[in-house]
Amino acid sequence: MNKVLMSGNNIIAEAAIRAGCRFYAGYPITPQNELTEYMAEHMRRADAGVFIQSESEIAAINMIAGASAAGVRVMTSSSSPGISLKQEGISSMAACELPGIIVNIMRGGPGLGNILPAQGDYFQATRGGGHGDYRTIVYGPGTCQELADLTMDAFDLADKYRTPVMILADGMMGQMMEPVIFKKPKPRQYSEKFMLRGAGTGKSKFIRGLLLDPIDSEEHNWKLARKYDVITKNETLHEEHNIEDAQLVIVAYGTAARIAKGAIKRLRDQGMKVGLFRPITLWPFPELKLRALSAKIKNFLVFEMSTGQMLDDVRLALQGYANIEFHGRPGGAVPTPAELANVIARLCDKND
Amino acid sequence: MIVKTIFSGFGGQGVLMMGVSLANSAMNKGYHVTYLPAYGAEMRGGTANCTVALGDEEIASPVASEPNYLIVMNAPSLFSFQNRVTSEGVIFLNSSIIKDRPNRKDVKVFCIPCTDIAQELGNSRVANIIMMGAFIKKSGVVSPDIYLKSLESIMGSKKKSLAEVNRKAFATGFDYVKE
Repeated sequence: MNKVLMSGNNIIAEAAIRAGCRFYAGYPITPQNELTEYMAEHMRRADAGVFIQSESEIAAINMIAGASAAGVRVMTSSSSPGISLKQEGISSMAACELPGIIVNIMRGGPGLGNILPAQGDYFQATRGGGHGDYRTIVYGPGTCQELADLTMDAFDLADKYRTPVMILADGMMGQMMEPVIFKKPKPRQYSEKFMLRGAGTGKSKFIRGLLLDPIDSEEHNWKLARKYDVITKNETLHEEHNIEDAQLVIVAYGTAARIAKGAIKRLRDQGMKVGLFRPITLWPFPELKLRALSAKIKNFLVFEMSTGQMLDDVRLALQGYANIEFHGRPGGAVPTPAELANVIARLCDKND
Repeated sequence: MIVKTIFSGFGGQGVLMMGVSLANSAMNKGYHVTYLPAYGAEMRGGTANCTVALGDEEIASPVASEPNYLIVMNAPSLFSFQNRVTSEGVIFLNSSIIKDRPNRKDVKVFCIPCTDIAQELGNSRVANIIMMGAFIKKSGVVSPDIYLKSLESIMGSKKKSLAEVNRKAFATGFDYVKE
């Protein structure tokens, strides 16, 4: 398989089509327009592929819910304000146990904010976003290669657990081009019994999220909770970089983690032992892996392009066993590795 | 080794194409590479820019706070970016359009009248490829062969004659800057 140079947005779309996505609905918004555009052009080369530019983000999420119920692999994408609009639909898909992929190429917020890269949607993505007791699996890819690999994996996980999966990247990941190799997707494993394809002569099937009986509803909530426990146990992913001898560990994901790697290189050149812990699944958060590090590492710095959201998960993971500092640049400001290195150098001085 | 380059100019001068072609060449040479365009609410006649980072190690940030090379195709770009260039860095400027010169003494400057040369070649749209010829020769980040092959593969199915025009433009820019 040859390497190709593609933008993050195009990579997600191409990986989705290769993974067997056959229904995409979306509404344009910067900085993810190229994803929708790529789908418009390339979905037709897929057998029975459907592309719809919907009349709104809300329509798009409900269209993919419908197509998912009918049994095809589905995707929608948007950027921050558009993802807010989709929340009712995501909650509904979680309730109905419908697999589907939602891509959020985050921009500066709150409100309409701006079109620059930011990480302000972490809470929304990892806490459920919509109403009710549910979770979505959330991937926070850090390279264009991961965008390709995790997009394919997202479809498999969505089917395996019958739940919506979110890919949480930002404007920089969406716009940036890097060489990528597309892996061979796994064959789909999804039982026909979950698909609504007309009862024919068989028993009619029913998919619904409205459960008026409180006992039924409670049972359904616990069933979902048990599923989320299994996901938490089995599906966390993270990367450790230069951890072995580290005296301080940066916790960062996505674009922020890339910047952190640049900062670490500078700091190590100056003799400062700094490492990186990069969650790849943001929900489930790799809590136990991070806590294990606190046995030998006592200083952590959470670095996000927000005012501090993943910071909460790091606090919950470390449970007071280590010191936690924070550096954030919200609203579309992209810090440089040099800036982060300076922040950390000052911290190291303080800790000495 | 990581080398970062910023390309900047008017929308329509093929500035993003310069970056994409370099990024593809770097990939074909086996380098790690990132390409990052400025995106968003741009308008006709406004400025466009992109950043290419390439090297033999993993590239952390695709942003260039201190680029090694700066290619400016119009005057506003020179003013925007000249102070970002690292000390001992190199600026390539389109002297057909830019009358000013960088006010820094710690950078090397190559003035290439690429718009004029393009018009002499009979196609004003190849000014960017002429500039790339000069850039590839002086920077040496990839070989001319790899660059031209990569350029042709990006242009793909477009007219064959275009490849010839680009080759000629590239050679002219390459030869314009002396050893």
